[in-house]
Amino acid sequence: MMDMDEREVPLQLDFEDDGVEEDEPMADRGAFERQYADERSWEELQEDESGMLRVDVAQQQRQHRKRMSAMAGPRIQRGIIRYLFVLLDFSRAAAEMDLRPSRMGIVVDCVEAFVREFFDQNPLSHLGVILLKDGIAHQLTDLSGSPETHIRALRSNMESTGDASIQNGLDLARGYLTQIPSYGHREVLLVYSALSTIDPGDVMETVQECKKANIRCSVVGLSAEIYICKLLCEQTGGMYSVATNEGHLKELIMEHAPPPAAQAEMSVASLVRMGFPQRGAEDAVALCACHREVKMGGGYTCPRCKARVCELPTQCHICGLTLVSSPHLARSYHHLFPVSPFEEVENLASANGRQSLSKSCYGCLQELPTPGGKVKGVRLECPRCRQHFCFDCDNYIHESLHNCPGCESNSVILSQLSQ
Amino acid sequence: MFVNGILLLNHTNRIVIIATGSSTCAFLYDSTATDGINGSSVTSKANKKTQVSRTELITKSMQEFVSKEEEASKESSQIQYSNISGSLSMALCYIQRVLRGPLPHPQARILCLQGSPDAPYQYISVMNSIFSAQRNGVVIDACVVGSQHSAFLQQATHITGGIYMKPPQPDGLFEYLMMVFTTDLFSRQFLQLPRPVGVDFRASCFCHKKTIDMGFVCSVCLSIFCKHHQTCSTCGATFSRSNSTTVTGMKRKAPGS
Repeated sequence: MMDMDEREVPLQLDFEDDGVEEDEPMADRGAFERQYADERSWEELQEDESGMLRVDVAQQQRQHRKRMSAMAGPRIQRGIIRYLFVLLDFSRAAAEMDLRPSRMGIVVDCVEAFVREFFDQNPLSHLGVILLKDGIAHQLTDLSGSPETHIRALRSNMESTGDASIQNGLDLARGYLTQIPSYGHREVLLVYSALSTIDPGDVMETVQECKKANIRCSVVGLSAEIYICKLLCEQTGGMYSVATNEGHLKELIMEHAPPPAAQAEMSVASLVRMGFPQRGAEDAVALCACHREVKMGGGYTCPRCKARVCELPTQCHICGLTLVSSPHLARSYHHLFPVSPFEEVENLASANGRQSLSKSCYGCLQELPTPGGKVKGVRLECPRCRQHFCFDCDNYIHESLHNCPGCESNSVILSQLSQ
Repeated sequence: MFVNGILLLNHTNRIVIIATGSSTCAFLYDSTATDGINGSSVTSKANKKTQVSRTELITKSMQEFVSKEEEASKESSQIQYSNISGSLSMALCYIQRVLRGPLPHPQARILCLQGSPDAPYQYISVMNSIFSAQRNGVVIDACVVGSQHSAFLQQATHITGGIYMKPPQPDGLFEYLMMVFTTDLFSRQFLQLPRPVGVDFRASCFCHKKTIDMGFVCSVCLSIFCKHHQTCSTCGATFSRSNSTTVTGMKRKAPGS
């Protein structure tokens, strides 16, 4: 933080000494610098009489909400059926210890959490892992829908050697992604620790070919901002971010779990034929198609070819029909009907002419801040049902629950929604 | 009686009762809020008094709620559905508040007592609550005292790992509640609890609302149709004629994996 202040002075005085980077205006700097540009939180600290720091809870909450609302966009079409390849850089640069325990270790931890969250939020999607090391790209796991396969394979292959090649990685991913059905959204997530790329040919050509093949490439960098990664993301419509610490890295990788906005070229809609199998009785014995063994009980029967599969969602191994259950589809419905963001209630004015503000949060019965009261913070109101909620409930409702308790309990609003 | 039973099992047990009506939901009783009344008494006479006051509190708030409900629903004469999604959401928000508090955190469970049939327009909200409960490790149990099975609650208990029960004799409700739903999650593995009936995971198509086992899904909004349509009724996307899903080259290559 002190460096920021020191660097700003040379910007105005002498332009000849400093390198090319110093001449860039504030807007071109990385996102993490822009975030501090107008909120200098260190200057807002105040001390009370005994010398202890005074924390303004309401201010902190407002800043958090501003950050969150900047990320959430309006209701847009999202790519729900995704085919994503995760490219991991396991070159020499991944063995650096600047992030604990090592860059490779923290990346594998974050990617494991990401894989689980990805299948949680996108149950119909497929994921594959490619490793970049020794200048070549190895495909670790094929595009599949089971998180355990990927995590197990990742954990047993943790060695970092050689150099990373972006061109080879992208070419390999592109080879697989061009074979998938047209309704799927093609994506690549590259987690890059090195500062350079060693390629056999022209990496710009690869970038253009990815753009032509409609593959959305995003990069999460661990070391510094690299021009080729930035170009790749800009050309293909992906997101480029660079992590500053372990927590930030996890946040950036998790940002790619929810479905991204669908690009205009890719909005080819098609009706996909899917089967909804019934669960077999607990004492049925059958030969399962995925493991080629006799299995007792449970299992699902494909409605087209009557083969038994062990778990859902999957593709039937005999006839190729996509098999899902209705909860899997329901997991993605919250993207189609999101909860409208809550608005802050100004404490001083009485809300809508009502004489008394409600004392407790509608969702959790926690005490809400009132003018002159002991509890500090922000009070939030749902624009539809006009109920008041606390800051924590607002976070929980918008991030995890996707239901407003006030709107759900109000049958008038519900009957409007169902029409 | 059931509430007293649970609170007696362990001094750290806490109960919150939420009532679900057809027009609204409300918190009826919170055992932590009235701790001041219960905690300080020592003599048996005073204990009896506090127990009576807890029952009185619950019945009083229930009566208030029911009378408000009756007023609100005097006009309509169709089948009243209960807003189960509203009370599930309120319960989950409350659980989140408890989990944000100081350690040790109690093991959170939700018991749903439902009499009315499922409301079909609440499908998405109920599923959202179920997935959020599953993510936070909250177990949902269900005791259905109505005339028909509840598909929503069957799915909820299956996904979160709870118990679903429809008592064959509703008169003995207290016994069912005490025997089956009182025990905590760890002790459940040692007990013989009601086995799950077959859960129907088939979807219903958006056009006719009949259950199908094979259908078409719009790739944009995931609405389900039983036969091929030209446009999707939910999102308005138009479909091309050729949309067969072929088995890709990747799958054919490795039959054994």
